[in-house]
Amino acid sequence: MEPVDQTPVYQTEALIAEDILAYLDKHQHKTMLRFITCGSVDDGKSTLIGRLLYDSKMIFEDQLAALEADSKRVGTQGAEIDFALLVDGLAAEREQGITIDVAYRFFSTEKRKFIVADTPGHEQYTRNMVTGASTADLAVILIDARKGVLTQTRRHSYLAHLIGIRHIVLAVNKMDLVDYSQARFDEIVAEYREFAASIGIAEFVAMPISGFKGDNITAPSPNTPWYSGPSLVEHLETVEVDTATDQARPFRMPVQWVNRPNLDFRGFSGLIAGGTVEPGDAVRVLPSGKTSTVSRIVTLDGDLDSAVAGQSVTICLADEVDCSRGDVIATADQPPQAADQFEATIVWMDDDAMLVGRSYWLKLGTQTVSVTVQQPKYTVNVNTLEHLACKTLELNAIGVAEIATDKPLVFEPYADSRTLGGFILIDKITNRTVGAGMLHFALRRAQNVHWQATDITREVHASLKNQKPKVLWFTGLSGSGKSTIANEVEKRLNLMNRHTFLLDGDNVRHGLNRDLGFTEADRIENIRRVGEVAKLMADAGLIVLTAFISPFRAEREMVRKMLPEGEFVEIFVDTPLEVAEARDVKGLYKKARSGVLKNFTGIDSPYEPPEDPDIRVNTVEMTPEEAAEHIVRQLMPLK
Amino acid sequence: MTRTLTHIERLEAEAIHIMREVVTQAEKPVMLYSVGKDSAVMLHLARKAFFPSPPPFPLLHVDTTWKFQDMYKLRDTMARESGMELLVYQNPEAADRGINPFDHGPLHTDMWKTEGLKQALDLYGFDAAFGGARRDEEKSRAKERIFSFRTASHGWDPKNQRPELWNLYNARKNKGESIRVFPISNWTELDIWQYIQLNNVPIVPLYFAKVRPTFEWEGQLFMADDIARLEKVLGYRPEITNRSIRFRTLGCFPLTGAVESTASTLPEVIQETLLTTTSERQGRVIDKDAGGAGMEKKKQEGYF
Repeated sequence: MEPVDQTPVYQTEALIAEDILAYLDKHQHKTMLRFITCGSVDDGKSTLIGRLLYDSKMIFEDQLAALEADSKRVGTQGAEIDFALLVDGLAAEREQGITIDVAYRFFSTEKRKFIVADTPGHEQYTRNMVTGASTADLAVILIDARKGVLTQTRRHSYLAHLIGIRHIVLAVNKMDLVDYSQARFDEIVAEYREFAASIGIAEFVAMPISGFKGDNITAPSPNTPWYSGPSLVEHLETVEVDTATDQARPFRMPVQWVNRPNLDFRGFSGLIAGGTVEPGDAVRVLPSGKTSTVSRIVTLDGDLDSAVAGQSVTICLADEVDCSRGDVIATADQPPQAADQFEATIVWMDDDAMLVGRSYWLKLGTQTVSVTVQQPKYTVNVNTLEHLACKTLELNAIGVAEIATDKPLVFEPYADSRTLGGFILIDKITNRTVGAGMLHFALRRAQNVHWQATDITREVHASLKNQKPKVLWFTGLSGSGKSTIANEVEKRLNLMNRHTFLLDGDNVRHGLNRDLGFTEADRIENIRRVGEVAKLMADAGLIVLTAFISPFRAEREMVRKMLPEGEFVEIFVDTPLEVAEARDVKGLYKKARSGVLKNFTGIDSPYEPPEDPDIRVNTVEMTPEEAAEHIVRQLMPLK
Repeated sequence: MTRTLTHIERLEAEAIHIMREVVTQAEKPVMLYSVGKDSAVMLHLARKAFFPSPPPFPLLHVDTTWKFQDMYKLRDTMARESGMELLVYQNPEAADRGINPFDHGPLHTDMWKTEGLKQALDLYGFDAAFGGARRDEEKSRAKERIFSFRTASHGWDPKNQRPELWNLYNARKNKGESIRVFPISNWTELDIWQYIQLNNVPIVPLYFAKVRPTFEWEGQLFMADDIARLEKVLGYRPEITNRSIRFRTLGCFPLTGAVESTASTLPEVIQETLLTTTSERQGRVIDKDAGGAGMEKKKQEGYF
């Protein structure tokens, strides 16, 4: 084995010392490449990154001294420097010798500045890999030359391709441990090529390296005379970056903020997602479709003659058109579309599985809308790439599903635009980012189903009955007294000549919802259907009473949003679990406690009490009749 | 017309995008302003992000009363020029107890800065605070998100961070939570210097070498910024010598070591910075306590 010349080929230091202004001018004009490194545990990711930082002189003397001391104390490389210690940041990681989260590192060469996302190889942290990949132009897939293509290699390659990374580098690492064998290298590349082709990766660049010894990192290695390709750094310096590609697309700028310091100025601030723009360009504001002309591109440094994808600017339009955060300003003759139903790939990132039918926030560009996800068409086994049937998506699962938003979304397929096609999903209660997704296309059905306008409106129905429609939504634990109290309330309303209808949980489950069980997903669908029926009845002018446990806040909120403001009345039948369980009118608590009955609310399935109910009744202090009286008084007047 | 953006242009566009996202999603944002060079760049970016409007949030200086005189001067000038409200907060408990860097060591940073910051954020009810931390500064910063959530008691949980994809930031917070936002996360020290040079961003003169009164204390070189006060706290008058010095980083004057230098212009400072063989924070005492995990521990306790 020949010693590798580890001296970087860069003359950076000499230039800094001799002519700092020339150096600064050079540095100022560097471009930027963002890339990720991924591989399994022990493939040598941290060592490789440590090596890149070291070779580009990003390590200071004091850090190097600390590193040498640490290498002796806790290093895994014997007497030699353990580069991995440079990048394993958190105390928790140093103790366990693992990387637990995405870390970002920086180094630069004479031509480029680099941002590296260091992503862990552990299966449970796939969401971090997707996170790191989402902003990367290139992925370095590391393979341990001794181990070859592993399950994790497939998973990471699939994810990198899924997230749209166009440049893949297959770095066959630890070549020093296989005697720089060309045969071994060729074998691994052949195996990877077959796999890559099967998932649609058309091109990749393979190189034999040793992060530890420095082979083919900054310069061709004498140990691999049979390899004639570029060194890793050489390749990273010359590959095309994505912002260049984005500029070739039609102009799009999602509006972040309306800039209005006084009555004489109104500008629209945003980061240009695609194309270029100049004053005089004809533009269209989406989703309204109104057209105007760009009058100015305003910055602190003076107005610009033009701006390109990747720049943050403020644009003024020649006409007073309606435009606010969430709208997209685009080239007038090639605007993006708006739709409310899509097919998308979703990567689930939360410990709590996705709930079909649950309403989440969807954030895409600067738009935030409510969205529900259908049962996935399939989930992908990333090891075998098989499509498997599934009911939901668990943590780290990837699936394809249809989604429906409550408002039209201005979008482009993810393949055309990361900005207008990539989205995150946010849980409305916990506020966590629970998923990420990529839009494929809009479903035709959204454009073809129109509302049929009818002449007898809901106002006509209501006035004929001389009442204001309402939905009295009783929620509470099983055995809290919902049905009993709702029945009492309906009797009182009936005496007052009101037109009412009582939808009872048990009764509905005998008919409309008899295909549903008691899993979280089925409970959500149960409530969605009841909400829709209640809404139709309210449209018909009725006062609807519903008695359902309806354990989740999100679904009660969903029903509230289906109805006009003020028509949904949430009534919390507040009975402590001990009291309801002691009553156990239907003997269900006993069954649940003994394990015969699964997913029973309050026992092994959660109940989320209303935080601010419209009406609350305490059934420990009130009889059902008193509770009903109290509710009716709160409801008056009914016209 | 297409053209390739430079890395500085891309970093600027990213920082501006982040600032605008915060302003449209947070209820009451604030920009932490420490008067150092990173703060100077942050303030300049904020002015660019919202021009011609002034940045729609105040500046908050969590003061330790031990900053350099030049820092107080620049702070007041910049607040006036930017048209932004300047809030200065000094932890009253630290003031009462006379906490200072000589007698109290790490407690000084804890009381004035960590506690002071928490108190100020709680007092004004800010739900999002911009900070100028960079990922290249320190290992635990490298793992922090751009939108970094803190519990009601301002703690950071590194294992429970939200995934941050593309440039989509989820700014929704639970009751009591607040967000620290780091728009210049992806900048390096050199990028900061270069940006200051390209945009003529005003910075504290202490970054440039000049003959100044100095004294040695516990093996490091310090500037004698307020000799009367120093004498009172130390209990003796340190031996003062005039030397040509400058600062690589600015904190409290007794906590920030000076370096002997003759670099008196920006290119010279950058040149010296690039050729130097010690990392930026070596002049600061804060990272060294608690072994290698100093900053990580401080952040979990609520330090910025």
